[in-house]
Amino acid sequence: MKKTVFFGAVTVAGLAAGLASAATLDDVKARGTLNCGVTTGLAGFAAPNAEGVWEGFDVDLCRAVAAAVLGDPMAVNFVPTTGQTRFTALASGEIDMLSRVTTWTYSRDTDLSFEFAGVNYYDGQGFMVPRALGVSSAKELDGATVCIQTGTTTELNLADFFRNNNISYEPVPVETNAEGQQQYLAGACDVYTTDASGLAATRGTFENPADHVVLPEIISKEPLGPVVRHGDNEWGDIVRWTLNALVAAEELGVTSENVAELAAAPTDNPEINRLLGTESELGAMMGLDADWAVRAISAAGNYGEMFETNIGESTPIGLARGLNAQWTEGGLQYSPPFR
Amino acid sequence: MSDTHAQTVSYVRDTMLPQAEPPLRDKGAVKWMRENLFSSWLNAILTVLSLFVVYWIVSHLYPWFANSVWRAGSLTECREIRDATVGSDAPSACFAVIADRWQQLLFGFYPKEYYWRPVLALVVFLVSLWPVLFDNAPRKMLFFTLAAPFIMFALLWGGPIWGPLFVALGFVLGYFAYELVNKSAGPLAATLAAIILPLLYWFYLVGPLAGLFSSVAPIGFEYVDSKDFGGFTLSVVIGVAGIVLSLPLGILLALGRSSDLFLINKVSVGFIEIIRGVPLIVWLFTASLLLNYFLPPGTNFDLMLRVIIMVTLFSAAYIAEVVRGGLAALPKGQYEAADALGLDYWKAMRLIILPQALKISIPGIVNTFIGLFKDTTLVVFIGLLDPIGLTNAIRASTDWNGVYWELFVFIGLMFFIFCFSMGRYSLYLEKKLQREHR
Repeated sequence: MKKTVFFGAVTVAGLAAGLASAATLDDVKARGTLNCGVTTGLAGFAAPNAEGVWEGFDVDLCRAVAAAVLGDPMAVNFVPTTGQTRFTALASGEIDMLSRVTTWTYSRDTDLSFEFAGVNYYDGQGFMVPRALGVSSAKELDGATVCIQTGTTTELNLADFFRNNNISYEPVPVETNAEGQQQYLAGACDVYTTDASGLAATRGTFENPADHVVLPEIISKEPLGPVVRHGDNEWGDIVRWTLNALVAAEELGVTSENVAELAAAPTDNPEINRLLGTESELGAMMGLDADWAVRAISAAGNYGEMFETNIGESTPIGLARGLNAQWTEGGLQYSPPFR
Repeated sequence: MSDTHAQTVSYVRDTMLPQAEPPLRDKGAVKWMRENLFSSWLNAILTVLSLFVVYWIVSHLYPWFANSVWRAGSLTECREIRDATVGSDAPSACFAVIADRWQQLLFGFYPKEYYWRPVLALVVFLVSLWPVLFDNAPRKMLFFTLAAPFIMFALLWGGPIWGPLFVALGFVLGYFAYELVNKSAGPLAATLAAIILPLLYWFYLVGPLAGLFSSVAPIGFEYVDSKDFGGFTLSVVIGVAGIVLSLPLGILLALGRSSDLFLINKVSVGFIEIIRGVPLIVWLFTASLLLNYFLPPGTNFDLMLRVIIMVTLFSAAYIAEVVRGGLAALPKGQYEAADALGLDYWKAMRLIILPQALKISIPGIVNTFIGLFKDTTLVVFIGLLDPIGLTNAIRASTDWNGVYWELFVFIGLMFFIFCFSMGRYSLYLEKKLQREHR
């Protein structure tokens, strides 16, 4: 009931805001900065460093969009949002785009009147257990106590999974990931469950990561992606194709290092030429100049570079590409053609 | 010496004995312990138990503090240093996170080169409190106190100084309007003039005037956006603004609630009951989420300002009830005496009723203030980065993921310093104003 009323309010507001300020691109250009909603802090995805400069995988996407639109990757005003405030902030026009590990779901796309501009990270819910427990599959977890964040989709996924497998569990509700880590380490629960990326990041901070294993089962689909308001398709296109340009750049071998060189003169590959604006006028079709993609790629590198610097295997978070590899390498990252 | 005793008593000492040492069990530490710690077998058991609990806590906490690491670049480094110095199974605090991020915890994202501005604003605030809190200050200092809010605003947010200056002039305008109209048309017209004239001035004149002067003479500090405020700067700004604004508002509400005028009375009662009957977190969500829908799209009503307004209204409702308690505690004779002296309502309140009522309410008022100051941490739920919110952000960097207690110990200590000094001041004030002979 509470949820319905809330979502209803958000919808009405979303419609009103969508009608009132249709041309986000003009607003952003007039303002000179991009208002980008991010988390209040999630390892690898978005966090301010000691100098107060935001860094992370989600942050880099904001920077790429700002670079494409405004020509300056630093012209971003990061608005920290919580799970509760993120959708209202977007609906009311406080932010231009939301890049905040937000799962693309049916109701968010339709009922809340938002538009998901693609998927920048394919996540899924997993389990972590102490190695000493001797468990190798989530199906052996009958009767286990599970630390679980309340009020999230992970809670529902967990209930579904245990019911499907006819096994029982005892939930230990926690409020935040930080609390979950502490409870799990203190032995208040046998199992900690959250998104697999979060589990990897959490495990990386333990004193003895080797004492804990992440079980192979992934029990849900959590496609995380940038979100924009319904009703401003031009702006939605810009965010969607900026993300696509980053993915395509990795596929085509365009990196932040060689992009300037490749963009200097037309190359032998027409797809690269079209992407980098040395051939035909793709940028003008969505109200940008020809080398918008060049700037987006120079901002923080292509999709693969962004992944490696923020959450990849060389970082303490150490996530493998997995589902997020290019489609040519068995993953799901696939950009429609630039044509 | 008389002869009387010579017959009945064989010997009477006629010199004083030198004072003897009291028996061992009746002096010094032993006596104190016997009286205070082991006065009965039940107390003795409780004492031993308490000592054991204290020992247990200290023995667990002390090594953690004693082995703490202050210089390291990340939690992993902390652990390496600990392994190298005290061994891997010894508890050890990693206070290096405070050394690395204390500036962020205190100032948020406030530009580094301007850190002196919030600090100076705090100094201005403390100095401006001096004539209010202690009566040994020169009375002229009160003018500085009146100007302090505007100085603090100019320091904290910066921008051309003309904005705050012209807003401040509105109050001066109101004062002179009251004085002038009072002479010709009486106090009611004067009060109305003192309210309406400045409002007209603020709405229609301040903007253009400030704009004009700013373009001619752009004097002032570099502008700092509200979103750059964070950490304790944010908590203190919200807390202090809430405290300073809610006291006068609360007093007015309390007077309104005990007023005989039907409309004023009912409006005050309704306001107090509605605000007090709903949790603060709901009002904060209202400020951050709901207000956006009522405002025309595109207007960017500063989130921090919205929060300050909500916090002020919330604590004003509490203050009103505390002050009403003080008003109710005054004997009816005080009100009647004021009437008998021929004082009008405001004079009676200002000179006789409120000084006594407020004195009674001091503990309650300070209690509300301390509560308000600690409640500012609730803004973490609407995405503002107060100290608690920053711990989350700090933990989100790969360097410090996994650090908990060190950050909370630091934040707890800072809050304790603020709240404890408020409590001490209230005690001092109570003692100073002690007039009853008990």
